[in-house]
Amino acid sequence: MINKKVSSVNNALEGITDGMTLMLGGFGLCGIPENSILELVRIGVKNLVCISNNAGIDDFGLGLLLKNRQIDTMIASYVGENAEFERQMLSGELKVILTPQGTIAEKCRAAQSGIPAFYTPAGYGTEVAEGKEIKVFDDKNYILEEAFKADFSIVKAWKGDTIGNLIFKGTARNFNPMMCGAGNVTIAEVENLVPVGELDPNMIHIPGIFVDRIFQGRNFEKRIEQLTVRER
Amino acid sequence: MALDKNGIAKRISHELKDGFYVNLGIGIPTLIANYVPKNINVEFQSENGILGMGPFPFRGSEDPDIINAGKQTITSLPGASFFDSAMSFSMIRGKHIDLTVLGAMEVSEKGDISNWKIPGKLVKGMGGAMDLVSSADNIIVAMMHVNRKRESKLLKKCTLPITGLRCVKKIVTELAVIDIVNKEFVLKELAPGVSVNEVISVTEGKLNIPDFVPTMKI
Repeated sequence: MINKKVSSVNNALEGITDGMTLMLGGFGLCGIPENSILELVRIGVKNLVCISNNAGIDDFGLGLLLKNRQIDTMIASYVGENAEFERQMLSGELKVILTPQGTIAEKCRAAQSGIPAFYTPAGYGTEVAEGKEIKVFDDKNYILEEAFKADFSIVKAWKGDTIGNLIFKGTARNFNPMMCGAGNVTIAEVENLVPVGELDPNMIHIPGIFVDRIFQGRNFEKRIEQLTVRER
Repeated sequence: MALDKNGIAKRISHELKDGFYVNLGIGIPTLIANYVPKNINVEFQSENGILGMGPFPFRGSEDPDIINAGKQTITSLPGASFFDSAMSFSMIRGKHIDLTVLGAMEVSEKGDISNWKIPGKLVKGMGGAMDLVSSADNIIVAMMHVNRKRESKLLKKCTLPITGLRCVKKIVTELAVIDIVNKEFVLKELAPGVSVNEVISVTEGKLNIPDFVPTMKI
């Protein structure tokens, strides 16, 4: 049996060095690899290029790496909730490539799937299309977008087994599945790491072939960005 | 009297039809879910990965793994499904969504929309808006008629960075319902107690006024 299990977050992140490109799953603070982000802060790697839909908030998620000035370039679709991010971007300290959300998802999936590029209508006629090839299909304009290239993909799943099969929960799934196998090395941190055979093969979202290292995450905080409730 | 945000949402709720799959943007559009007519069934999609989105959870039963595109805690209704972001945008770009409602900073008389950036001042990002407006056939903009400086948001030409070209079909503001037909604004309905001249005075783009403009039914 192929074994992907590593014993700690520190072992999982082995090989990540200054200047690398990382893909990180999550939407807002939902489904982010919390353990790995804290470890990146601890080991202090710098000049990172990070691909993630959002940039966390000032004191959680990728916001921690930003505050520590570990990120050089951020590729994201929405950064509205992070004051430090906005400050670094407007002052030019941080390079930001804002990319439509669906295009980020597809650039990940293309990288995962061996598709070098694809055409999408999103962003035609906008700043996003600048410098990109335009092609017309059935009288509609599309822009050519290329697959991401990343050194590491870091994802978070709900359940996983030691061979790397993954199951996600709720909207914490988001970008995590298509980032698996999109980077050169894929690291999965999971809430429940179980022995091979315990997961129903019918319920697997991501087969283990897309995952290189898996570890049991600890102390998931799962911070809520906007708590909205109704009264009983 | 001009409508409030809930009034705008309520008016747009009349555009929902039985069997519609609907994507609601952040802000005023989110409120529309509170006014679904009783006699129809619609399903709400949120681009972060849920179809069959329900109301906010009861206090104490919130789940940090179940949120909407505004990062608010929500619930899932019977029949709901969760999916990844690639599949979510397959629904959107693949034209499987029947109605998209979103907010805007500016809309032009050609139907261009700007809603993601004010250069040098405010950068929020486009999120899923560019994907949504590039593909949806049925796009309604919910917004206030003027900005904080009391300048018109219904313009001849957008001044802010574009989100999408020639895509908006209908605009509902606190003052009026305005359609975009042949690259011109057409005044379709007035909010209760609002005059045609009031709408003209805050609409910079060319506004066509039909002989009879009915009052909105809210």
